[in-house]
Amino acid sequence: MSNSTQPDGGNSAARPDEIEISLYADRQKIYPRSVAGFFTNWRWAMVWLTQIVFYGLPWLQWNNRQAVLFDLEERRFYLFNLVLYPHDLIYLTGLLVISALALFLFTAVAGRLWCGFACPQTVYTEIYLWMEKLVEGDRTARMRLDQSGHTLEKYGKKTLKQLLWIAFGLWTGFTFVGYFTPIEQLWLAVWQAELGPWQSFWILFYGFATYGNAGYMRELVCKHMCPYARFQSAMFDRDTLVVTYDAQRGEPRGRRSRQADLSLLKLGSCVDCSLCVQVCPTGIDIRKGLQYECIGCGSCADVCDQVMDKVGYPKGLVRFTTQNGLEQGWTSAQMWRRVLRPRVLAYGAILLLITVALFTSLYLRTPLKLDVIRDSTILSRVVQQGYVENVYTLRMLNATEQEQPLRLVVHGLPGLQVISETEFSLAPTGARALAVTVRVPPGSSAPGMHPIHFEVQSLGAEPMTVRQDSVFMMPRQ
Amino acid sequence: MSDFTSYFWHYYVAGLTLISILACLGLLWYASRVKVTPTKDNTTGHVWDEDIIEKDNPLPKWWVWMFIITVVFALVYGLLYPMFGKFPGLLNWSSVGQYQAERAANEARVAPKFEAFAQMSVQQLAADPVAMQIGESLFMNNCAVCHAADARGSLTFPNLTDKDWIWGGDPEAIKVSITQGRVAVMPPLAEAVGSPEDVLNVAHYVLSLSGAPHDSVRAAAGKANFATCIACHGAEGKGNYLIGAPNLTDDIWLHGFGVDAVVRSINEGIMNVMPPQNVLLSEQQIHVLTGYVWAKSNPPQ
Repeated sequence: MSNSTQPDGGNSAARPDEIEISLYADRQKIYPRSVAGFFTNWRWAMVWLTQIVFYGLPWLQWNNRQAVLFDLEERRFYLFNLVLYPHDLIYLTGLLVISALALFLFTAVAGRLWCGFACPQTVYTEIYLWMEKLVEGDRTARMRLDQSGHTLEKYGKKTLKQLLWIAFGLWTGFTFVGYFTPIEQLWLAVWQAELGPWQSFWILFYGFATYGNAGYMRELVCKHMCPYARFQSAMFDRDTLVVTYDAQRGEPRGRRSRQADLSLLKLGSCVDCSLCVQVCPTGIDIRKGLQYECIGCGSCADVCDQVMDKVGYPKGLVRFTTQNGLEQGWTSAQMWRRVLRPRVLAYGAILLLITVALFTSLYLRTPLKLDVIRDSTILSRVVQQGYVENVYTLRMLNATEQEQPLRLVVHGLPGLQVISETEFSLAPTGARALAVTVRVPPGSSAPGMHPIHFEVQSLGAEPMTVRQDSVFMMPRQ
Repeated sequence: MSDFTSYFWHYYVAGLTLISILACLGLLWYASRVKVTPTKDNTTGHVWDEDIIEKDNPLPKWWVWMFIITVVFALVYGLLYPMFGKFPGLLNWSSVGQYQAERAANEARVAPKFEAFAQMSVQQLAADPVAMQIGESLFMNNCAVCHAADARGSLTFPNLTDKDWIWGGDPEAIKVSITQGRVAVMPPLAEAVGSPEDVLNVAHYVLSLSGAPHDSVRAAAGKANFATCIACHGAEGKGNYLIGAPNLTDDIWLHGFGVDAVVRSINEGIMNVMPPQNVLLSEQQIHVLTGYVWAKSNPPQ
């Protein structure tokens, strides 16, 4: 980007070498040309994959309920067979750590793979661009349309495009809210105009965010807002795959006739067709080297390969390669050998470890929670015949979707008996606080605190047991 | 903000806030165009660490708009919400007001449920699982602090699960106890009873009433002086619901078991207070709570 400098007009008092400039630059609208090829096919595959999951998942049913539902009001998170509660937050932490490490790993190996192929910003921009192209045509047609005067065709096309964009944004917002409120009811509510204020707000807000980000902000989000773009260069090294222009082969660039003999022209392979610039969604020229705006989408590589094919030169003037690979002229097999370097191995090992730990812990998780809270005021009391009683509150939570008949067993002191009810049940995904009175005969233990153990056993179809330690207090005489 | 005697600080804070916001806007405007000596290579001329040069690129225009939007947002926010000193804002929002609104909304939400409970008798409530669940949480939040989570009380806090009542255990009496609270007073009676020896004898007599371990000779000697206690505890020591005099003939000892505890009660008297709950709970809540407490001593057969 260059300074939008303007010569100083009327102010004659200024020093002759000084000029007045604006500190703020207008945005140059980018009209990416559509492209086809290997990387583009992969990007579209990722668009389909991510969006089928995103739009389809909330409609899936499981156990007579939505398979994936984050019920914020009830504070329950349903994931197929799993019901998670706020105290299972550690799993979310684990998921975020896994995501971060996966990002590090992919970045170390292949640069901004996430940015160019799976990031929602890229995916929705791709979809919105496709709709734009559908209505207004490709790059040159769009530029011509924008520069044309007030014609009926222009307004018709613009309106149609807006309608498509808005409809898609609203559908996205609706789907998003469908993850937090049962989507089938939400669908009915939309048609019966019975949406709640927050449901309406989030559908509109998320819809607007999709529309604004994918329709208008586009590369601005990647260049100025995305935090990931800021620190990912820390994961790059000389063996990271990046989109690169092979300057040694391409320079000096220049136009030439197809019949011309390359060896006589003293020209490189680059025919200076500028297609790589036209297809770039962030509007950069890859031939200037690696730049922070490059999201690694490979569009320039795709289009350059086509041009190379047409002019009869070998492909790969712009390609995914590593800095080492480019400088040493390595083959892809040689580059692959450098993939397994300590940084990648370390990321991979930690990623594997945490992933295994998370899933093991999820598998071993007992869907029954027990907390034993000693009564806050009654430390200990002596009742008739000198029996000593302690009071506890059991907080229990049933994380399964079946009713759980339960039995309480307490042990740890001679003659200990529970004089409140010991058999009770917990409703499906229900929680309950239960007061429990534990009694021991007079003089059966020394004064002071004694460890005792609470055990709640499920008598249901799936036997499970949760244990919790507490203490029993014998008063001093 | 009643901590200050004058409004000076209100105006100071409000003025400073407003001036700061507007100064931000002024700075943006002032710095939007500058006069510089241009460099040929589009850098500022600064070089760090030998080879790091600073490019001189303009800020994107959207950033300016974002800046202006934040200023507008701040002003609108300050107009709607209490941000400028003592100005309460056009929405008249306050955290206390929000608390009250949320509480009122919650009460309106549960009102139909309590409305239905109000039509039921205490006995019917005791048989209603939903009422008992609500009663349980009311008890845990308001009563368990003294009477323990299992309602069996402790020293000086009565057990609510037995049949022994100090102020009466029928639904009406329980409701009055919860609503108005209770103050039970036994004056120090050592002088009225007589010498320390007499007090000891009366204590043994009191223990004998329920068949608790006692010295029968002393008990017999103390019988005459028990006359002092009859006014409240009755001739047979069975107590009196009207003034909250406990029954001395059961083996339940609210203020401690044994001779020493009884002697201390006679010598020092007793002052036992249950605070009224109608300041915290509504009449309908107390009705449900009464059902829960009644059910504790009258468990379903």
